[in-house]
Amino acid sequence: MSSSFTTATARNMFYGGTLFFLLVFLALTYQTERSIPQRDRHEMLADPKVVAGKKLWETNNCIGCHTLLGEGAYFAPELGNVVKRLGSEEAVKAFIQSRPKEGIPGRRSMPQFNFTDQQLDEIAAFLNYVSQIDTAQWPPNIQG
Amino acid sequence: MQYSSQAVAKPYFIAAIALFVAQILFGLIMGLQYVWGDFLFPHIPFNVARMVHTNALIVWLLMGFMGAAYYLVPEESETELYSPKLAIALFWIFLIAAALTVVGYLAVPYATLAEMTGNDLLPTMGREFLEQPLITKGGIVVVALAFLFNITMTVLKGRKTAINTVLLVGLWGLALFFLFSFVNPHNVVRDKFYWWWVVHLWVEGVWELILGAILAFVLIKITGVDREVIEKWLYVIITLTLVTGILGTGHHYFWIGTPEFWQLIGSVFSALEPIPFFAMTLFAFNMVRRRRRDHPNKAATLWALGTGVMAFLGAGVWGFLHTLAPVNYYTHGTQITAAHGHMAFYGAYVMVNLAIISYAMPLMRGRAANSNKAQVAEIWAFWLMTVSIVLITLFLTAAGILQVWLQRLSDNPLPFMVAQDQVSLFYWMREWSGLVFLIGLVIYVWSFFIRGEEKAA
Ligand code: HEC
Ligand code: HEM
Ligand code: HEM
Ligand SMILES: [Fe+2]
Repeated sequence: MSSSFTTATARNMFYGGTLFFLLVFLALTYQTERSIPQRDRHEMLADPKVVAGKKLWETNNCIGCHTLLGEGAYFAPELGNVVKRLGSEEAVKAFIQSRPKEGIPGRRSMPQFNFTDQQLDEIAAFLNYVSQIDTAQWPPNIQG
Repeated sequence: MQYSSQAVAKPYFIAAIALFVAQILFGLIMGLQYVWGDFLFPHIPFNVARMVHTNALIVWLLMGFMGAAYYLVPEESETELYSPKLAIALFWIFLIAAALTVVGYLAVPYATLAEMTGNDLLPTMGREFLEQPLITKGGIVVVALAFLFNITMTVLKGRKTAINTVLLVGLWGLALFFLFSFVNPHNVVRDKFYWWWVVHLWVEGVWELILGAILAFVLIKITGVDREVIEKWLYVIITLTLVTGILGTGHHYFWIGTPEFWQLIGSVFSALEPIPFFAMTLFAFNMVRRRRRDHPNKAATLWALGTGVMAFLGAGVWGFLHTLAPVNYYTHGTQITAAHGHMAFYGAYVMVNLAIISYAMPLMRGRAANSNKAQVAEIWAFWLMTVSIVLITLFLTAAGILQVWLQRLSDNPLPFMVAQDQVSLFYWMREWSGLVFLIGLVIYVWSFFIRGEEKAA
């Protein structure tokens, strides 16, 4: 690099460039916060079941095996659209409820969480909420 | 070693390597569960092994960064560490907190752990990479702040160089963005949006500053090239990093309910993110080519060059592969992501840690470099681990391409579990490569115990 381009110039470029792009990022964040209400189905959060379901989702670490809207682990099916894939909240609850305690021999297994009926309602309500979010047509098809 | 307080780095490096071993063992458990579904079920379900694997990774990389800071900041600042005692106390606090957390993951169901550790007060758990209980997260913040205080005070009382300045900015940024792990809105879209402020702005932002600073330090030491030249490179690289990487966050905002303008911004800026990684490769090779001395530590030189190459391949090339929105539409959340995650983490952050450890450990043990015999073993370990991570990446990429084809692109898309069965051959090959990785790691650990003729430092 030429000698007129000094370390001090490079340093100023770093601080200036970083500051500039941080500000742009914050502006875009502001814009995002303003426009997500059009696609995030936040009105469904008024249902306490959905909020409780999210907490169950977290405290049972479902994300450690599954993806949700494509983020998480890649060991088990995508669940962002599982209510649509299995057809109903009832089917989702039945699936979760029917997991054998000791797993399925030789097959990737999902734990039996021993949820109460209410908890099952909550987790299904949460998954239903996620399935309604406008994700720009992702996933490409129902298999997730 | 020029300042006696630099020696506090040693326990950090040792603990880092121990956690690295644990990480790999749990990786191998998961790799087996991929093909032998109920292996260890229900005692160690996949999600538990995954938490141990990824959290051990993050914690040992942080341990390594802290060790690196304790080693290089006194030398750069030309003064003793502000408080070596604090550094040692923090080491034990951090190590015990990490160990207790892992025991918690393994010993009780996650929901019980959440209840026991106050998750109800402020729910933060159960999100990928941020699974730690609230008290562990709090502990991380406390340790990070006390560590930053110690390091910052040292820099303030001593010489300020580009290297210790950039390192400090990176470390402060690391702590700052970690605070977003406490942000967990009920709204899934907003939850995911801010989750990436920890994950992406770490690995494709502030961690790269830490990476650059450590690499620059090692290169100055082993090549003897002018500081002026190296520092200029460092600033150019990290400028490119943040100019591309901050808006590059948008490559995670394509399909999670965020507005669609991110598809353009995320694609364009993240597509430029490989440039700083490429600059880093050029940097490492250029400096070694222009070296003014032949440092006896050949292994450290190799790790430093390896970091340049593998970070570019893993983050730059494998990142670019799936970063454009129209491609990511099909690859999002598949084995292609896992392939990239492995090579990027290994190439950038594992290797830079092993580079500074390789350079500093012999000096802390009173020798300029390890014996020839020990270095040969370390170099074998380098190749075994690096080649196996390349193989793991290639097998996962193959599995990922097939997965995308079978499950997302074909006329009759297969269900997830059926598609997984179809590609199990590649998971087997990944597992075998993982075993080779483990052999490399064992040789690496063993190399620390090999004596032979050593030159005094
Ligand atoms: C240890 C890993 C693991 C964890 C943790 C886990 N699952 Fe699963 N899950 C699986 C596996 C594997 C399958 C596929 C089972 C099969 O097809 O036999 C599955 C399937 C499902 C399905 C059906 C998907 C479909 O398309 O057929 C639903 C719904 C589901 N899980 C919900 C959950 C919820 C909710 C949680 C958290 C409370 C959870 N899972 C936690 C492993 C896990
Ligand atoms: C050597 C043997 C290894 C094996 C068998 C292995 C296996 C695995 C498996 C099965 C997963 C879970 C994938 C999923 O979610 O379904 C995983 C995740 C992960 N591993 Fe490894 N791993 C190994 C080594 C490593 C190394 C050396 C690193 C770091 C450099 C690493 C970093 C990660 C990361 C970052 C994730 C999370 C990936 C993501 O979310 O995309 N692993 N690993
Ligand atoms: C050293 C730097 C990097 C590391 C350690 C890293 C690591 C990771 C990890 C672990 C994930 C998975 C996250 C998850 O679990 O959801 C990921 C995702 C991703 N990375 Fe990187 N990455 C790096 C750099 C890059 C770069 C430079 C690019 C682009 C050029 C890139 C593009 C992507 C994309 C597009 C995804 C999302 C994949 C998906 O949609 O599933 N990464 N990265
Ligand atoms: Fe990213």
